[in-house]
Amino acid sequence: MMNMWRNLPEMDLMRSEKMTFCQLIIPVESAHRAVTYLGELGLLQFRDLNDDKSPFQRTFVNQVKRCAEMSRKLRFFKDQIQKAGLLSSGVPTLQPDVDLEALEVQLAEHEHELIEMNANSEKLQQTYNELLEFKMVLQKAGGFLVSGKSYETAEGRELDENVYPSDYPDSASLLEQATQSGPAITSGLRFISGIIPKSKVLLFERMLFRATRGNLLFNQEPADDLILDPISSEMVEKIVFVVFFSGEQARTKILKICEAFGANCYPVPEDLTKQSQITQEVLSRLSELETTLDVGIRHRNAALHSIGFHLALWMNMVKREKAVFDTLNMLNFDVTKKCLVGEGWCPVFAKPQIQEALQRATFDSNSQVGVIFHFMEAVESPPTYFRTNAFTNAYQEIVDAYGVAKYQEANPAVYTVITFPFLFAVMFGDWGHGICLLIGALVLIAREGKLSSQKLGSFMEMLFGGRYVLLLMSLFSIYCGLIYNEFFSVPYHIFGASAYRCRDTECSEAHTIGLIKYRDAYPFGVDPSWRGSRSELPFLNSLKMKMSILFGIAQMNLGIMLSYFNSIFFNNSLDIRYQFVPQMIFLNSLFGYLSLLIIVKWCTGSQADLYHVMIYMFLSPFDDLGENELFWGQRPLQILLLLAALVAVPWMLFPKPFILRKRHAERFQGRTYGILRSTEMDSDSEPGSARHHEEEFNFSEVFVHQMIHSIEFVLGSVSNTASYLRLWALSLAHSELSTVFYEKVLLLAWGYDNFIIRLVGLAVFAFATAFILLMMETLSAFLHALRLHWVEFQNKFYGGDGYKFKPFSFAAIADDED
Amino acid sequence: MYGFEAMTFNIHGGYLEAIVRGHRSGLLTAADYNNLCQCETLDDIKMHLSATEYGPYLQNEPSPLHTTTIVEKCTLKLVDEYKHMLCQATEPLSTFLEYITYGHMIDNVVLIVTGTLHERDVQELLEKCHPLGMFDSIATLAVAQNMRELYRLVLVDTPLAPYFSECITSEDLDDMNIEIMRNTLYKAYLEDFYQFCQKLGGATAEIMSDLLAFEADRRAVNITINSIGTELTRDDRKKLYSSFGLLYPYGHEELAVCEDIDQVRGVMEKYPPYQPIFGKLSYGESQMLDKAFYEEEVKRLCLSFEQQFHYGVFFAYMRLREQEIRNLMWISECVAQNQKSRVHDSVVFIF
Repeated sequence: MMNMWRNLPEMDLMRSEKMTFCQLIIPVESAHRAVTYLGELGLLQFRDLNDDKSPFQRTFVNQVKRCAEMSRKLRFFKDQIQKAGLLSSGVPTLQPDVDLEALEVQLAEHEHELIEMNANSEKLQQTYNELLEFKMVLQKAGGFLVSGKSYETAEGRELDENVYPSDYPDSASLLEQATQSGPAITSGLRFISGIIPKSKVLLFERMLFRATRGNLLFNQEPADDLILDPISSEMVEKIVFVVFFSGEQARTKILKICEAFGANCYPVPEDLTKQSQITQEVLSRLSELETTLDVGIRHRNAALHSIGFHLALWMNMVKREKAVFDTLNMLNFDVTKKCLVGEGWCPVFAKPQIQEALQRATFDSNSQVGVIFHFMEAVESPPTYFRTNAFTNAYQEIVDAYGVAKYQEANPAVYTVITFPFLFAVMFGDWGHGICLLIGALVLIAREGKLSSQKLGSFMEMLFGGRYVLLLMSLFSIYCGLIYNEFFSVPYHIFGASAYRCRDTECSEAHTIGLIKYRDAYPFGVDPSWRGSRSELPFLNSLKMKMSILFGIAQMNLGIMLSYFNSIFFNNSLDIRYQFVPQMIFLNSLFGYLSLLIIVKWCTGSQADLYHVMIYMFLSPFDDLGENELFWGQRPLQILLLLAALVAVPWMLFPKPFILRKRHAERFQGRTYGILRSTEMDSDSEPGSARHHEEEFNFSEVFVHQMIHSIEFVLGSVSNTASYLRLWALSLAHSELSTVFYEKVLLLAWGYDNFIIRLVGLAVFAFATAFILLMMETLSAFLHALRLHWVEFQNKFYGGDGYKFKPFSFAAIADDED
Repeated sequence: MYGFEAMTFNIHGGYLEAIVRGHRSGLLTAADYNNLCQCETLDDIKMHLSATEYGPYLQNEPSPLHTTTIVEKCTLKLVDEYKHMLCQATEPLSTFLEYITYGHMIDNVVLIVTGTLHERDVQELLEKCHPLGMFDSIATLAVAQNMRELYRLVLVDTPLAPYFSECITSEDLDDMNIEIMRNTLYKAYLEDFYQFCQKLGGATAEIMSDLLAFEADRRAVNITINSIGTELTRDDRKKLYSSFGLLYPYGHEELAVCEDIDQVRGVMEKYPPYQPIFGKLSYGESQMLDKAFYEEEVKRLCLSFEQQFHYGVFFAYMRLREQEIRNLMWISECVAQNQKSRVHDSVVFIF
C-alpha cells in the first residue's frame, strides 16, 4: 500500500520545483555576456551579495548611471513624440544588436539635434506669437481708437452740457481736465494697448484702477484666435485691451503692472494710414514666418519619426542593459579581482541550460577561462517555483494570493483547478446564466492572442487573466444548472416528462395538497414539476443543505489527507501519528458519520430526523433511537464514534509536544560542553545562522502552539462544516433572485397587452440579469468559493510561508514596463 | 469638545490624516542622510534620491545637475503634496492649511520688495520665491513705493491684509523698515494663527499652541539677537514680540533690554525648556543657535505625530519637509563645493 502511494508518477504542480543554491565564478571579461545570456534564459535568481553597500558604492555604478541617463533621453524623445502627436510605429524591427556605446553616442546626437531644433522653433514660435498678437491688437485696438475718439469727444461735450451749470469746484476742476483731454487726445491723454490672457484680465483691470486711482479708461475685447502658450504648449484665450490714461507717472506704473501680469504691450499708431501700413507689414511677415515654421515643424517631425521608429527597441535595450548592470552589482569580486562571484537559486532541471548558456558566453567573449558553476549548500529555505501554463496559472494565482507555498509543500492549486469552479457553480447553478458566462469566457479565449499583446484596463485584465477559471466556472454552472433544472429560473423538460401529474384536470390542488407521482423518477436532476409547488422550497433546501455538508466534509477530508502526504514527503511520522490520525478520527466520527446518515437516508427514503439523531448522540447516547433509527446497530456505533472523538482530542493535544521534548533531550544528552565541530565547518557557517536556532527548545511555547492548533481544529471542524452551508444559502439566494426577476418583472410585463410595457419589462429584466445576476452574483459566489478554499480547505494542511522564485529574466523586465 | 474628537474627526479629517501620515513615512531617515553625506557628486545624490519618494521628480533631469535644480524639484514635490491635501480638505482644515503658507507669503513679499529696492529684475526675484507663498498679483509688488501703496495696491487682496494694520506708514521703503514690516507681519500672523487654533479647540489647540509658542519664542530670541547694536529702540523691539508663548510677558520685558548675546542667554536659561538649547552653546557664540533651535523644533514636530485626531500633523509635516529640503540643500551645496567636512554642520536629522 505504502509503496503504491510512493510509486505514483509525480504530479508537476503538486510539489514546487526542486531548487538548488549555486555559485557562479565568472571571469570579468565574460561577466556581462554571461549575465545577459542568463537573463535571456530567465532561470536563475541572484542573491544580493552587496546588501550593505549603498547603490553608488557598487562596482558598476557608472554603467547604471549611464543607462539611467540614456533612458532619460529616451523618455524625452517619447515625450516629444507624444507632444508632436506622432504615433510611434509599434514595429520593433529586429536590427542586429547595437553596441551600447554606439547607442549612447547616437542618442546624445539625437538629443542635441532635437534640443537645437526645439530652441529654433521656439524662437520662431515666439516671434510668430508676437506678430500674431500684434496683428490682433492692431485690429481690435484700431477699432477702439476710432470709437474712443468719438466717444471721448461725445463724453466731453455731454459733460460740458450737463455739469457745467453746477458750481462744485471739484467737479469743475475735473471737468476742466475732461474738457482739456477731450479734444487733446494727441497731447494729454495717452494710451497703452496690449494683450493679456483672459484669466488674468479681471485682476489686471482692478490693479490698474487702483494704481491710477480710477483715472483711466479700460477697453477690452476678446481676440479672435487662440494663441499658443509656449510653456504649456496649450492654446490660450487672450484679450486685447487699450488703456487710456494721462500723466507720465501713471504710464510707468501701468507699464510695470503690464510687465508684472505678463501682458504684452504693442504700440498702435493713431494715424489710420500708418495703422493700415503696419498691418500690411505684419501680415506679410506673418505669412513668411508661417512657411518657415511649417518647414521647421516638418523637419522636426521627420526627425522624430525616425527616432520613433527605433524607440521601442532602444528602450527595451537600455532597460535590459540596466538590469544586467544592476545584477552585476549584486556580484562580488573575488580576492584576485579577476573574477566575479555570484550566488543564487536555480531549479535543478535548469542546470544543463544554465551551463550551456555560460559556455556560450565564454565562447562568444573569447575568454580563456570558463565560468565555474557549482551547487552549494544553503542555510535558508529555497524559493518556491511552480511551472504553470496559461491554464493553471490563474489557479496558482488564487492560491498564491493567500500565501506562497513553502518549498515543496503540497500545492492546493492542483485541486483548486476543479474544486474551485465546482463550488462556485454549486452557488451559481443556472444553465442559462452559465451559457452567458461561457460565451464571455469563449470570447476571451478566442481573442487570447490579440488581448494578451495589448494593454487592458485593470478590470478587463483581471477578467482576461482568469479566463480559464471563468471557462470552467461556466461549464460547471451549466452542469449544476441542469441538475437544479434552472434556466433563468424556468424549469425545462429536457430529460423527458415529469414524474408527477395533477390529481384532476383543473390542477387546482397543485399548490395546496400536491401532485401524485405516476411514473419513474425524473432521470436527471430536479423534476420540473417541483417548481412552484407547495413543497418546492422544503425539498430544495433539504437537498442543497445536505449536499453542501457532503461537499464540505469531502473537501475537508481531502485537506487532511494532503497533510498526510506532506508528512510522508517531509518524513515526519510524528505528525502522521499524533496529528493526522486523531484529526481524521475526530472529523469523521462526528461529521463523517453525519454524511453517512445523509446518504443512508437518501438511499432508503427514511423519515428519520437527522437533527434529532445528531443532537441526542451527544445528550443521551444510551437512549433508544426509536423511529429515528436508520440502520441496525446504529446505537452502539454512535457510542463508539463518540468515544473515538473524545479520545482523539487529547491524542492530538498531548503526545506531540512531550515526544518532541524527549527527542530533544535525547539528542543533547551528554552534550553539556557543546558540540565538537570541525574547524572547516565553523568557518563556513556564519555566526548566528539558522543551525543555531534549532538547538533552542522551548517546551511551553511548543505546548501552547500545539494547544492552539488542537483547539482550532476541534472548534474549526464544527464551524467549518457550518461554513460550507454558504453553498446552500448562496444557491438559494441566486435562484430566488432570478425567480423574482423572471416572475415579477418579465411575466408581469408580459401580462399587459402593450408593446411598450413589454419592452420596458424586457429591458429591466435584461439589465437585472446582466448586472445583478451575472456580475454581482458571480462576484459574490466567486468570493465565497475563494473563502471556502482559503480558510476551510487550506487551513488543514497549507503552511503558505514560502517565498516566490523571482529569476533574473528579461521577459519579466519587459512586462514590468506596463 | 476636548476628548471627543475621536468620534467625529475621521468624517472629514480621516482621509487626509492618513495621507499626511503616509507622507511622513516617506521622509528621509538617518540612514538615508548617512548615505547622502557619503556622496561624491551631485549625480550620486540624485541616484540615491531616486530610490526615495523624490525619484519621479528628479528622474528626468539632465545630468549636469545643480543644487538649485535639486532643491527646486524637492520643493515641487512638497507643493504637489500640499496642493493635493488642500484640494481634499474641508473647512476648517482648509483654512488651517492655508494658514501654513502665510509665513511663506510674508517672506515672498519681503523678498520682492527688498529686491525691487535694490533694482533687481522682477522675474529673477519671482523665481526665488517659495512656491507655497505665491499669490496672483505678487509681481505687482514691484510697483509700490511705500507701505501705504503696498497695502492699497496689492496686499489688500491677499490674506495678509489684516496683518498690515500696524505697519501702514507713508514712509518710503528702506531695508530697515522692510525688516520691521516683516517682523510685524509675522507677529500678527502668528497671533492670528494662534487664535485660530485656539478657536478650533481640542487636541489641535493644545498641540498647535505648543508648536506656535515655540515658534514665537524663537522669533523673539532672533529679533533680539539681530537687533543688538542697531538703532531699534527697546520699545520698538518689544513691539515685535508676539503676545503669546512661554516668554510672554515677563520674558519679553527682559529680552527687550538685552544688550548682548550673553544677556539673552541669561534670560532664556530661566525657562526650563530652553535650558538645554542654550546649554549646548559656549558663551558668546550664536552661530550654532539656529541649528539648536531647528533640532528642538524637529523634535517637537515629530512628537506631534504621536497623537491622533488633530491638525497639528499637517503643520508638522510641512515643517519637517521644509527642514528636509534645507538639509538636502546644505548637503548638495557641500558636495558641490567640495566642503564635505562641513556637511554635518547644519544637517538636522529628522528620524
